[in-house]
Amino acid sequence: MLKLKGFLAALTILVSLLGAAAVQAQEGGDPYPTDNDVNRVAKNLYCPVCPNTPLDVCETKACQDWRAQIKDQLAAGWSEEQVVDYFVAQYGERVLAEPQRKGFTSLVWLLPAIAVALGLVVVWQVVAGWRAARAIEPSSQAEEIDLPSETIGSIEEELRHLR
Amino acid sequence: MLADLGLITLTLAFLLAIYASVAAAYGGRRDRFPFVQSARNAVVMTYVMLTGSVLLLVYALVTMDFSLAYVADVTSQAMSTFLRVTALWGGQAGSVLFWGWLMAGFVVLVTLRKWDRDRELMPYVIAVAMGTTAFFIGLSLLITNPFARLWHVEGASELTTAVFRPLNAMAYVPQDGQGLNPLLRHFGMIGHPPTTYVGFTGFVIPYAFAMAALVTGESRRDEWIQTTRRWTLVAWVFLSAGLVLGGRWAYDVLGWGGFWGWDPVENAMLLPWLTGTAFLHSVMIQEKRGMLKVWNMVLIILTYSLVIFGTFITRTGVVSSVHAFAKSAMGPAFFVFIGVTFLASMGLLFRRLDTLKSEHDLEGLISRESAFLLQNVLFLGIAFAVFWGTIFPMISELATGTRITVGPPFFKQVTGPLFAALIVLQGLAPYIAWRKQNLAKLARTLLWPFVISLVLSAVWGYFHRQHPASFVGLWVVTFVALTVLLEFWIGVRARMRTRSEQPVGALWRLFGRDRRRYGGYLVHIGVLMIALGFIGDAYFKEETQGTLAVGQQLAVGNYALRFDGLRQGAGSDGREVLEASVSIFKDGALVKELKPRRDYFVAQQQPVTIPGVYSTLGGDLYVLLVGWEEIGLSSSTFKVYLNPLVNLTWVGGMVLVLGTLIAAWPSGALGARSSYVLGPRSRQVGDLSSVEG
Repeated sequence: MLKLKGFLAALTILVSLLGAAAVQAQEGGDPYPTDNDVNRVAKNLYCPVCPNTPLDVCETKACQDWRAQIKDQLAAGWSEEQVVDYFVAQYGERVLAEPQRKGFTSLVWLLPAIAVALGLVVVWQVVAGWRAARAIEPSSQAEEIDLPSETIGSIEEELRHLR
Repeated sequence: MLADLGLITLTLAFLLAIYASVAAAYGGRRDRFPFVQSARNAVVMTYVMLTGSVLLLVYALVTMDFSLAYVADVTSQAMSTFLRVTALWGGQAGSVLFWGWLMAGFVVLVTLRKWDRDRELMPYVIAVAMGTTAFFIGLSLLITNPFARLWHVEGASELTTAVFRPLNAMAYVPQDGQGLNPLLRHFGMIGHPPTTYVGFTGFVIPYAFAMAALVTGESRRDEWIQTTRRWTLVAWVFLSAGLVLGGRWAYDVLGWGGFWGWDPVENAMLLPWLTGTAFLHSVMIQEKRGMLKVWNMVLIILTYSLVIFGTFITRTGVVSSVHAFAKSAMGPAFFVFIGVTFLASMGLLFRRLDTLKSEHDLEGLISRESAFLLQNVLFLGIAFAVFWGTIFPMISELATGTRITVGPPFFKQVTGPLFAALIVLQGLAPYIAWRKQNLAKLARTLLWPFVISLVLSAVWGYFHRQHPASFVGLWVVTFVALTVLLEFWIGVRARMRTRSEQPVGALWRLFGRDRRRYGGYLVHIGVLMIALGFIGDAYFKEETQGTLAVGQQLAVGNYALRFDGLRQGAGSDGREVLEASVSIFKDGALVKELKPRRDYFVAQQQPVTIPGVYSTLGGDLYVLLVGWEEIGLSSSTFKVYLNPLVNLTWVGGMVLVLGTLIAAWPSGALGARSSYVLGPRSRQVGDLSSVEG
C-alpha cells in the first residue's frame, strides 16, 4: 500500500515536472515535442530487435522510425504513459526497460529482497550462536582493541629494548 | 603448413594437460613423487606447446592466411598490423585458445614458485588447475578450433568450416577477410580483453589450492589461505582493472554517454568480482581468528564457478548482449563443466566439513567479526540480485513464455542501496574491534568525520538541491573518505609522536611497515572515487539533443555548442567517415573544438559513433553526432551529455590498482616477523591504547 502511495506521489511529481518542462519547451521556441521529450520516453523502452540497447541511443533504422513514431504520437497529444502502453500492447512486455512489479515478473524484484533479508537473519543467528558458545566458557573480560599495526610495531620494538 | 603445425601443438597440449592432471592426482594419491614431478614437467610442456599454437595463430593473423576460417573471419586487408595481432582475442576460437594459454601460464608460475613449500598440496593443485586448463584446450581443439579451414563442399550453397577435408570438398581461400567487429577496432583492444582474461583465469589458482586443501585434509590448517593470498590479489586486481578499462572503452565507442549499462556481459564480469572481493575480505577473519572456514571455501568455489559462468555467458551468446562478439555451440559443454565442477567441489567440501571446525568466541553483538559477516551478506546479496536480474529474462520466457527485459532501472534500484550500505560498512569496519566493540567509544572516534561529512555534503547538496537523493550518496562517500583519512592520520601521528618523524616520511614508512593494511585503505579510496563516478552518472548527468544548422548553437549546463560544418570522406579500415566540427563555449568563451564522428563500416554495414569529448577533472562534455541532413550536409543533430565526476572513475581505478600493488608487494623479513595474528584466546592488550595517544 505504502509502495503504491510512493509510486503515485512520484508519478504526480513526474507528471507535473514534465508539464513544466513541456511549457518551458514551448516558451523556449522549440515546438513540443522536442528531441529531448522523445528521448525521455525512449530511454525507458527497448526495441525488440536490438540486444540490450535502450531506444534513445539505438542507431538502427528501425529504432529511428520508432523514435519518429513516438514524436508523432506526442505531437498528436498522447501522454507519455499512453505511448508506453501502446508499445507494450504492440510488442509485448519486453519493450519495458524496468520490469513490471506484478504477476510472475514481480519475482525479479522480490527474490533479491528476500535473499538479503534471509542473509541478515542467518547472520543474526550465527552471531547469537557464537556469543552463546562464548557464554559457556567465559574468559578474560578485556576488550580487544585492534591497534594500527604501526602501534603494535612500536610496542614490539620497545619490548625488545626492555629485554 | 604452419597452421598444421599449430594444430599439432594444440593436440599435444591437450594430451599433455590431461596427462599432467591425471599423473599429478595419481602421484599424490599413491605418494609416488616421480609421477608428480613428471606432471610438473608436463605442465611446462603444455605451456610450451600452447605458446607454439598461439604464436602460429598470431603469425597466420598477421600474414592474413585466409585459408583459416578464423583468420578470414577476424582480419582483413584493411586492418592495421596492431589490430591483426589483437584479433587473436577478437573472436571466439582465438579467445578460447588465448584463455587456455593464460591459464596454463598461471599454472606454470605456481609450480615454479611454490614447488618446495607446498609438497602436500601441489599434486592436487596441478590436477585441478590442469583439469580446468584441459577443458579449455579441449574446447579449442574439438569445438571451436582456430586452425579449422574453409571448405567448399560439392553442391552445397554455403561454405563449411572443418579441421579436416570433408568428403567431396575443395579448399576455399577467400580474397579478403571479414575483418574484426568494428567496435573492436580500437586501441582499447590491447587493454580490456587481456586484462580481464588474466583476471578470470587467475582465479583458478586459489580455487585449485582450496580444492587441494580439501582433498588432502590440509584444510585443517589454514596455510592455503596464506599461500594463495597474493595469487588472489593478482587475479582480483586484473579483474578490477579489466572492469574499469572495459567501462572506459564502452564510454569511448558505444556512444551512449555512459560507462556501465548493466548488460549481461558486463554483469557476468561483475559477478566473480563481487564474490572474489567478498572472499578477499572474508579470509582475513580466517587468518586472524580461525573462523568462517567453510564459508570461505564456499566463496572461492562460487567465484570459480562464476568465472566459468561468465565465460559461458560471454562466449556462447546464451543471453543477447551488446558485447556478444562470439556465438557458438559450446553451450552444452560449458553447462556440463560448470555443473560437474560445482557439484564435485561442494561434495568435497561436505566430505571435509570436519576439518573446517571454526573456533568461535565472541562477546559483543557489534564486533569486527559481525562486520565481516555483514559485508559477506551485502556482497552476496548484490551478486545474487545481479545474477537473478541477468538470467531472469530466460526464466520468464521458460516459465510463462513472455520475454521481458531487465534493464538498468532494475539494477540501479536494487543494488544501489546495497552498495551504499557496503560503502558505509567499509568506513566503519576498520574501527570496529575484534570480539567486542564499545559503541560509545566508536561513536566518539567517528564523531568528527560524521559531523564534517554532514556539513560538507549538506553544502554540496544545497548547490545541487534539484537532486535530493544524491545527498545520501554524497554523504556516504564523504563520511567514508574521512574515516579512511582518519586511519592514515592516526598512523602518521603515532609515528610522529613515538619517533619524531616528519609527516611525509611518517606516511611513507607507514605504508612500508604495514603494506597490506594501508594498501587496502588506498584501495578503499579508489573504490570511493569510482562510487563518485557512479553518483555523478546517476544524479548529475545532463543531456540534450537538438538539430542545428551551420552557425547555430545548442546550450547544455553552462556550455554552448556551435555547429561549424560537416565533412564526408573515406577513412582507414574501409569505413566512410562523417565528421562534424563543433566549437565548445564555456560561459561564452571558446574552450575547444571537437570532431564527433560517425564511421560507417561498409563491409559489415555497421555504424560506429565516436564521440567528441571535452574533458576536465570536474567532468566531460560528451558530444555525439546522431543525425544529419543527407543533401548538402547543411544541418546535423547532436546529442550532448554533461557527465560530471566521470573522470574520477578512471582515476579511482588507477588508485585501486596502486593500492593493490602496495598490499600485494612481497614484504621483507621485517614485515613478516612482526605480523600480528590474534590467538584464539584474547591477549591482554587492554591498556595499550594509551600508547596510541
